[in-house]
Amino acid sequence: MQLQELEVTRNMKNKFDIRKITGMRLFMPIVCLLAVLLINVITTPGFFKVTLNNGVLYGYVVDVINRASELVILAVGMTLVTAASGGQDISVGATMAVAGAVCCQILSGGQVTTNTFENPLILAMLAAIVVAGICGAFNGFLVAKLNIQPMVATLILYTAGRGIAQLITKGQITYVRVDAYKVFGGYFGKCPIPTPIFIAILFVIIVYIVLKKTALGLYIESVGINGTASRLVGLNSTMIKFLTYVICGVLAGVAGLVASSRIYSADANNIGLNLEMDAILAVALGGNVLGGGKFSLMGSVIGAYTIQALTTTLYAMNVSADQLPVYKAIVVIIIVTLQSPVFKKFMANQKAKRAASKAVAEGGNQS
Amino acid sequence: MEKDVLLTMRDISKTFPGVKALQHVDFTLRRGEIHALMGENGAGKSTLIKVLTGVYEFDSGVVRMAGNDTPIVNHSPQDAQKAGISTVYQEVNLCPNLSVAENLFIGREPRKVGMIDWKTMNRKSAELLAELDIDVAATMKLEEVSLANQQMIAIARAVDMECQVLILDEPTSSLDDDEVAKLFKLMNRLKDKGVGIIFVTHFLEQVYAVCDRITVLRNGELVGEYQVKDLPRVMLVAKMMGKDFDDLADIKSAHEGKGLGEKIPVIEAEGISHKGTIKPFNITINKGEVIGLSGLLGSGRSELVRAIYGADKAESGTLKVNGKEAKINSPIDAMKLGMAYLPEDRKKDGILADLSVRENIIIAMQAKRGMFKPMSRKEMEEAADKYIEMLQIKTASRETPIKSLSGGNQQKVIIGRWLLTNPEYLILDEPTRGIDIGTKTEIQKLVLDLADQGMAVTFISSEVEEMLRTCSRMAILRDGKKVGEIEGAEMTQEGVMNAIAGAGGDEKHEE
Repeated sequence: MQLQELEVTRNMKNKFDIRKITGMRLFMPIVCLLAVLLINVITTPGFFKVTLNNGVLYGYVVDVINRASELVILAVGMTLVTAASGGQDISVGATMAVAGAVCCQILSGGQVTTNTFENPLILAMLAAIVVAGICGAFNGFLVAKLNIQPMVATLILYTAGRGIAQLITKGQITYVRVDAYKVFGGYFGKCPIPTPIFIAILFVIIVYIVLKKTALGLYIESVGINGTASRLVGLNSTMIKFLTYVICGVLAGVAGLVASSRIYSADANNIGLNLEMDAILAVALGGNVLGGGKFSLMGSVIGAYTIQALTTTLYAMNVSADQLPVYKAIVVIIIVTLQSPVFKKFMANQKAKRAASKAVAEGGNQS
Repeated sequence: MEKDVLLTMRDISKTFPGVKALQHVDFTLRRGEIHALMGENGAGKSTLIKVLTGVYEFDSGVVRMAGNDTPIVNHSPQDAQKAGISTVYQEVNLCPNLSVAENLFIGREPRKVGMIDWKTMNRKSAELLAELDIDVAATMKLEEVSLANQQMIAIARAVDMECQVLILDEPTSSLDDDEVAKLFKLMNRLKDKGVGIIFVTHFLEQVYAVCDRITVLRNGELVGEYQVKDLPRVMLVAKMMGKDFDDLADIKSAHEGKGLGEKIPVIEAEGISHKGTIKPFNITINKGEVIGLSGLLGSGRSELVRAIYGADKAESGTLKVNGKEAKINSPIDAMKLGMAYLPEDRKKDGILADLSVRENIIIAMQAKRGMFKPMSRKEMEEAADKYIEMLQIKTASRETPIKSLSGGNQQKVIIGRWLLTNPEYLILDEPTRGIDIGTKTEIQKLVLDLADQGMAVTFISSEVEEMLRTCSRMAILRDGKKVGEIEGAEMTQEGVMNAIAGAGGDEKHEE
């Protein structure tokens, strides 16, 4: 009965329809992305121009989507970790470097540079992803089993990871100068669209389907909201948290392979550098609570593209790389403020006041 | 109007999306009175309190305080405190790892040259505690203090902030009789000082023991204000429920004799124990039987069922389920053997606050089926709708987050969650705590119905009367030990009390 009442008021008042749209979870993330894109169009007139050069697509938009690929993949893993454990995995950047190092080292057969595959590509890639998964499992063990705070637990690999990668490559930058290896960070056959875009989309879809076709999504939210209650309804909280870290590690491995393929080498010091922070930011921009619980995968993906769009914009505006973080920080402050509960409440109060001054008989509905 | 009126609320309305929580409610509080605010779950008690203390803003109406010519509007609990209105909630809102003195003075510590003046703070605390006759050292850590004393400390804090209006929101639901008596003494002392106390509780006896006046709400509307002496209990219950009250008296008689002829044990526990909480115990629970566990708070009644269910892993003994020996390492093992467990602390162990009613209902079933056999949307919706209807859960929709439901309705969702798993053995630990009397009766009836259908049920409650009404047999616990079982003629209020107290009857004073 109450539901019907609500339905009626909804139909009567147009105001409610707007509320419905603005109240949607993805509303703010999308608005932020659109805002950044709008700035792009204003500052860089040719932003949306896409041209076909030498059989491949060129343009800022293509560049943004292409460059965001690793970030998107990382953000997906970060979202799950955040939701289940209420903390973040700050070792993903280092894990990327480890994966890249393992892959390149196997392909080069231990040499510093190679022009042919010394070992099968598929073996090298699988090994890299398995090692990345082990990194994730290590984090997961510390967090889920030993109950160490995620930030502290993953700090270990954050600091040690690049060292491990250096050990693997014996302190060198290992080059794999084989065209087949450049595919994952470059172009596939005659396809004009960069391969990383497909890889990112593929993994988002895979994770999405896994969450949809199993009850994992619900389990993760449940464990993130209340671990004790989850255990009492029969969920294995430890296992579920552990699993999210393994998934996060595997995804970091995939991102690491893409990054390594772009430069057809394993540069332990630079692959995925500072990317963990962008990934966390993407999760936050996606409207996810960093304290865990309910999550939105799509929100994080949109967040990742927003960040990359921002970075590309700033480059296009000729901001030098070392000043970049300052501008980025300013924009991030604005976006995060817009999404904060305090600000939302403030806006709602302002709206309520305006409504009250108009002397509406019934109103003052707070959200 | 009388001149000693302290607080008036007139024509208060408050609407939430889809729910009219308060409609034109009036409330009057006088100096030096204890005023009970009564009503079923969802009647609007909490909303009225929250509107008064500034947690919510009301849509329309006027609130006035004595000595203030203009109406007051509180935008936050801090505003309310400044106006002289303090609240002590059911869950103690203090910091367990700080000392008693720190908790008393947090946010307003006495200072000397900008630094906290510990000496003065501890001295003032000790004075305050002594004045209110609270037997606690100011330097103790709060977590070392019993729950009842924590509650009193919360009250002391409120009193010391010179409040004129003290709101006690279900302060007694986790206290035992002695502690309640102590609390009442404190309330009476404050009353003599001229403080107006608003007392929200579900316990009828307590209302009649300590209150002067009663305001009854129902479905967000005012039913009336009464002098306690003019309103007999039955009338009060009738006012709260809005109907003549007949079914509380003897719901059991209808079920008498329907029990199964022979006893088929579902659960047979032998020598089960958990270190530090429950000493080895034996218990047999039969099909179609409601067995009650009775004992004082901390006697191990919750720990006993937790050890059976695997919430705390049993450290010794054997457990047979349906005659077969079972190994239970975690709750999921117990669930697979047909057990279900409604935990004592609904908020901490029961609800998944941000998830919807639907998700909260299906989560146990889903966990039982396993990760790779997800329920389809249709299955989930059908299950949710079934139990929302069957248990008459009041919710705006099945997608409403459970945290926005009232306590009783949250509890019904949790019951629905377990019924969905179709258990053979259902453990209910304080299923009716903090729940209004109407829902209480519904739950009691449900328990008896389930037993009639052959389910084995264990029922734990602090209210002996409630257990006498539902249980066919009771096990008595004292100090972490099962000390006996009573049934038949022994099952009277007195019989249970004697059994709990034991031969000497002196253990009763322990926590």
